Amino acid sequence: MRVWKFGDDIDTDAIIPGRFLTIYDPGELARHVFEGTRDDFAAQAAPGDVIVAGRNFGCGSSREHAPLALKGAGIEMVIARSFARIFYRNAINTGLLPLICEEADTIEEGSEVRIDLEEGVIEAAGRRCSIEPVPGFFREIADAGGLVAWARTLEEVELCTGSRS
Amino acid sequence: MAATITEKIFSRTCGKDVHAGDVMMVPVDGAMIHDITGPLAIRVFQQMGGKQVFDPERVIMLFDHQVPADSIPAAENQAYMRQFAREQGIHNYDIHEGVCHQVVMEKGRAGPGEIVVGTDSHTCTYGAAGAFATGIGSTDMGFVLRFGALYFRVPETIRIEVNGEFAPFVGAKDLILAITGDIGADGATYKALEFGGETIAAMSMAGRMTCCNMAIEMGAKAGLVPPDARTWKYMEESRAVSPFRLLSDADAEFCEVREYDAADLVPKVAVPHNVDHVVDVTEVAGTRVDQVFIGSCTNGRYEDFFAAAEVLGDRSFSPDVRVIMIPASREEYLKVLRAGLIERFVEAGALVEAPCCGPCMGGSFGLLAPGEVSLSTSNRNFRGRQGSTGAEVYLSSPATAAASAIAGEICDPREVG
Repeated sequence: MRVWKFGDDIDTDAIIPGRFLTIYDPGELARHVFEGTRDDFAAQAAPGDVIVAGRNFGCGSSREHAPLALKGAGIEMVIARSFARIFYRNAINTGLLPLICEEADTIEEGSEVRIDLEEGVIEAAGRRCSIEPVPGFFREIADAGGLVAWARTLEEVELCTGSRS
Repeated sequence: MAATITEKIFSRTCGKDVHAGDVMMVPVDGAMIHDITGPLAIRVFQQMGGKQVFDPERVIMLFDHQVPADSIPAAENQAYMRQFAREQGIHNYDIHEGVCHQVVMEKGRAGPGEIVVGTDSHTCTYGAAGAFATGIGSTDMGFVLRFGALYFRVPETIRIEVNGEFAPFVGAKDLILAITGDIGADGATYKALEFGGETIAAMSMAGRMTCCNMAIEMGAKAGLVPPDARTWKYMEESRAVSPFRLLSDADAEFCEVREYDAADLVPKVAVPHNVDHVVDVTEVAGTRVDQVFIGSCTNGRYEDFFAAAEVLGDRSFSPDVRVIMIPASREEYLKVLRAGLIERFVEAGALVEAPCCGPCMGGSFGLLAPGEVSLSTSNRNFRGRQGSTGAEVYLSSPATAAASAIAGEICDPREVG
């Protein structure tokens, strides 16, 4: 698992620019992921690589093309200090795992990482960082592989019942 | 127990006391999809086993990002959505009415106390009508179309209290840019922003929409203005709604309160490439501009064009600047037209386009070349947002944009006006 390191406030226009939004196929979107802002990514990202970023990853537009483009490029997880709200939900819903790690900044570009979701840790260059657990109801959707798979098991929804976060 | 407007809206919908931090499946009053995010929402709805949308009366669609269709794939997406609207009996405003958020407001598709979702991040605009409105992704929307409900985490509220009168050539956009600069691009993540105080009470619906529109630029889930006489009057134009009281209790729990004196504000500009990089216009005055865009869901209303026209007077725009002006809806276009402003703008050298998102979305037209600089009244200045990643986008009010379009460089409207 190779690390692709990004900074703070990586917006969804950077992940997939507006001119590609007529495309919905993840594989085709992946050809343009980070086009103009990080051109080596689309050419070199390999299945299983991970993105490690700073604060507010995925801010801006609600375009689901952004997590789809990353998935199309073979990215299964994004590790960041924090995520923008809509991106976070879109990622969970489409089966891209957004993981919050307070120490994401200490993980270096190009390093090999090992992620243990059971234990909630990331190991990079011999250093261990803890990952915040995905909150309860999001975990249910993530475990199902996304919102479509989760919703297919439902006939109807139970309204206005829930839990505290 | 004391509650915020947001908590009251969720409590009202659920018929029981709901508090910030609660996570629950909540029915929605309205849903909006557009040409960019709609096709995927429809596919997801079908993948979830959807046959008939939960309530065709509560769903609307329209096309505003790539209109009239600017490519064959865009035309195909719009044809696909039209077909779905016909099959489902959904009201489709197609390309006829304008930018989604302006149209939802004009058509009364969001009202006080309602919960409205849209597959566009600026759905938070409808907080100007006292609605809890939030942008969602296409998969969440597929779920909404199927079940008429969505999981929500009821957010905490940041209260923004604004008092005092704006100085000439300073207004709602300068205020919201100042707030964005202070709170930061992620300072309100997963929270609601509630705007109040005498300045907001005196502010037009257009100005309130500008403020709520940019709540997302701070990461907020929603922006809200407590409904008042102005709100109810605005609602009357589209549908009958009986006024009711919807205010945060005096002892409601806010996670943060920020106070502003409107009289202290000066024209503000967000500089490349982050919306929260906000400075006084005087700090960037003199920066050459190649293109000025006045329009968008943030500042594409009659009042915005009136402000631009006041600055313009009988002058001309700089021949070195491409000035693109786009009223946000057919109704706003007609107001600008009937006031004679379009003739004035065209005489002055502007291109006035039909209602759509235009250069704001950076995929349709009005794109920038590497090295070019744009000043825009829209809401985002991310690198590459309006074309080349080598271009720079500044954000300002319509008055500052007009002054800059005349001067050919970023210019303080107080100097020109």
